[in-house]
Amino acid sequence: MSHLDRLRDVFRAALSLPEGTDVDGLEYRAIPQWDSLAHMALVAAMEDEFAVMIDTDEMIDMSSFAHAARLLEKHGVSAAL
Amino acid sequence: MTVFTLTEAEREAFLLPRLAALTVRHRDACPPYARILAAIGSEPPYARVADLPWLPVRLFKTHELRSVPRERVFRVLTSSGTTGQAPSRIHLDREAAAAQPRMLAATLRTVLGEQRLPMLIVDSRAAVRGPALSARGAGVLGMMNLGRHYTFVLDEGGEVDSAAVRAFLARHGGGRFLIFGFTFMVWLHLRELGLDLSRGILIHSGGWKRLADQAVDAAVFRGALRRECGLTRVHDFYGMVEQIGTVFLEGPDGGGLYCPDFANVLIRDPETWEEAPPGVPGVVEVVSTLPTSYPGHVLLTEDLGVVHGIDDGVWPGKRFSVLGRLPRAEVRGCSDTAVPA
Repeated sequence: MSHLDRLRDVFRAALSLPEGTDVDGLEYRAIPQWDSLAHMALVAAMEDEFAVMIDTDEMIDMSSFAHAARLLEKHGVSAAL
Repeated sequence: MTVFTLTEAEREAFLLPRLAALTVRHRDACPPYARILAAIGSEPPYARVADLPWLPVRLFKTHELRSVPRERVFRVLTSSGTTGQAPSRIHLDREAAAAQPRMLAATLRTVLGEQRLPMLIVDSRAAVRGPALSARGAGVLGMMNLGRHYTFVLDEGGEVDSAAVRAFLARHGGGRFLIFGFTFMVWLHLRELGLDLSRGILIHSGGWKRLADQAVDAAVFRGALRRECGLTRVHDFYGMVEQIGTVFLEGPDGGGLYCPDFANVLIRDPETWEEAPPGVPGVVEVVSTLPTSYPGHVLLTEDLGVVHGIDDGVWPGKRFSVLGRLPRAEVRGCSDTAVPA
């Protein structure tokens, strides 16, 4: 499974979205499921799934799925993994 | 990288043009604010930060004060408010909403470091759940950005969950960890644990009102936590929803609260409204460059405070304490009639 597919699964699980939900266009607080508390669960789930450490500023700035995907690349998680 | 770098003179030079520009910006964009400035005859140029017109915080309870059109409002924050009072309503656009947690994090990074630390929360998980979040819950949530591996000290029933805290310490107690809680909750619940928290960094806030009755002040608080929990890194902070993202942080030695570079504090004599010299208590005015979407950049609080010294502490700038709330009669006096001359 590609890292983006894994990231999509992490999003769906952390935000309690139904399987297969399109998450690529998601933005923080644009849906009720993605609130502050879910954001922390999401970041923790990403750290577990990809074995990365996300710092405070990165956590605050991660305001969309697209941002999250870029953040993983910054941490060296790429399509090869 | 720290936000505690500017001496008083440097801070004044940095803040004056920015705060004066915000005054003009808010005047042009927020009609109720423009009417207030017109009524008190306040006009630029402003020669000093102390000359800028201040707004009593309680106006945010009675007026809708925002400098962005309704469709650009991204979040509305509300304060808990005292019983029987309407809450403050603070309007943030996307930019202001994004800036505030970042600046809070930048401020606390000075004592916490870059990494999110394992976090012990002196509250119950229930505080951060539910659609109608209390001000306390919102405060806890805001701090959670700085932590990871969250453990709540209180169970759902509000009882100390010492098993959970022991498990946290077994896992994370060997390294630095963050403890956050409201001052009276920390006093009530942390000491009874009887555990070694010496690797912890305690950040607390919320004021001393409920502890003052028990004659607990900052020195007693710090002393008891050091003796009973081994806690030596203890930082109180002072902040309010009306200036969200700006916190005044207690220095490592407990010698008072310090202002981040983008903010300052002034103490005003409640008789003359002139700035009071160090050592003389008065009403606390807080200024900050963060309120860009509402006119909260120069606020007269309802708190009494005193400046202890200027450029004489562990960090540069003013060193101050908050002494408590103003007596009620005085509060009414300032907010209804206190306008800059």
